[in-house]
Amino acid sequence: MSDLLNITVTVNGTPYGRNVEPRLLLSDFLRHDLGLTGTHVGCEHGVCGACTILFDGQPARSCLMFAVQASGHEVTTVEGLGTPDNLHPIQQAFWEAHGAQCGFCTPGILMTLVPFLEENPDPSEWQIREAISGNLCRCTGYQHIVDAVKRAADAARA
Amino acid sequence: MKPAPFKYYAPTTVNEALAYLAKHGYDAKALAGGQSLVPMMNFRLAQPSVLVDLNNIAELFYIRPAKDGGLLLGAMTREAQVEHDPLVAERAPMVHEAMPKIAYPQIRSRGTFGGSIAHADPAAELPALSVALNARLRIRSQSGERWIPANEFFLGFFTTAMEPHELLVEVALPPLPAHSGWSFLEVARRHHDFALVGVAATVTLDGKEHCQQARMVFFSIGDGPVEARQAAEVLRGQTPTAEAILEAAEVAARDDVDPSTDINASAEYRRHLVRVLSRRALSEAVERARGA
Repeated sequence: MSDLLNITVTVNGTPYGRNVEPRLLLSDFLRHDLGLTGTHVGCEHGVCGACTILFDGQPARSCLMFAVQASGHEVTTVEGLGTPDNLHPIQQAFWEAHGAQCGFCTPGILMTLVPFLEENPDPSEWQIREAISGNLCRCTGYQHIVDAVKRAADAARA
Repeated sequence: MKPAPFKYYAPTTVNEALAYLAKHGYDAKALAGGQSLVPMMNFRLAQPSVLVDLNNIAELFYIRPAKDGGLLLGAMTREAQVEHDPLVAERAPMVHEAMPKIAYPQIRSRGTFGGSIAHADPAAELPALSVALNARLRIRSQSGERWIPANEFFLGFFTTAMEPHELLVEVALPPLPAHSGWSFLEVARRHHDFALVGVAATVTLDGKEHCQQARMVFFSIGDGPVEARQAAEVLRGQTPTAEAILEAAEVAARDDVDPSTDINASAEYRRHLVRVLSRRALSEAVERARGA
């Protein structure tokens, strides 16, 4: 085991100080060290998108970063979006359109969509499908997810 | 699936990074965006005992105009930044058009321009693009620096002309000559997935409708960027008519590539794609050259 390094990562606005091995993936740091299990781990090689988080506001794969690299940076996970009583508008739209299905891919898709909708407030279906092309859902043909994104965009503009 | 243990250094200057690379040699790997290296470490296909993280070296992040009308890109410039930079769109439109084809926004937010070139994945876009654009690569080590032209940089599967103690620090992209056009096309099973075959093409006319030079550099079809030299000869000095382009495409598919079969596509299908992409890319590049 290699030496531990002291890091401080701000997650959903709260700074967390921990001692970690350099090889600890950011995804595992969030789940195991911080107990934030909303960030899901699927393929662990950057393909499935389930572990997508916001790193300094930009969508990124948390399985392709080491926790030490996040020291001094801001991370937003799905826990930072909304609460069961006060859903984020995108979460609300997913709920209404039944976009979650089994829910495994949902956190990564939500974290991909938050910056996407900020940049594209009125996306076409084509743009939506392209935006989620880096997130794999194995339940459906993505139709409910696309519907949910349209619903969220419409609600935000209303 | 967890990486093997390693010692981690996060230098803040190039000199400091070069010192770590010189000290640890083959045991060390430079970590750029990590979008290729970290998956390999997760699979334990790569097990460096020392990781030199370049993400805190501010001097490696920049996009600057070059005196020759081209661009200078710091090796750590994020792919997302290159994608959205207006100077890149103006001075290197082929790069601007190619960037969104590289993986997904979640990858481009971290992935770096220099990292993809130094990694030399034969399926990646940027190695082929850098060869097609005659990019020059600035390589530094503790003993100094040297420039390597992109067409001499890629030696094979994940192999480059760089030594372990060297670091790619800058990519110089010269402008295309006058009366030039370009095209960047790829075919992938899913949008943004690795291409089954892709091509970066440039055509330069002599101002009188004759083809001075026509280049096609393919990717995902060999152990590195594959330049279609025989197809280029078909067009040299010729008027690039639809028939001449068709002939060049035939030659490219028949003589310039030697595809193999894998889980994604058969060799025969890849050869077919080379023919189709050649025709489309040359046609588009000629059209742009006529308008240039």
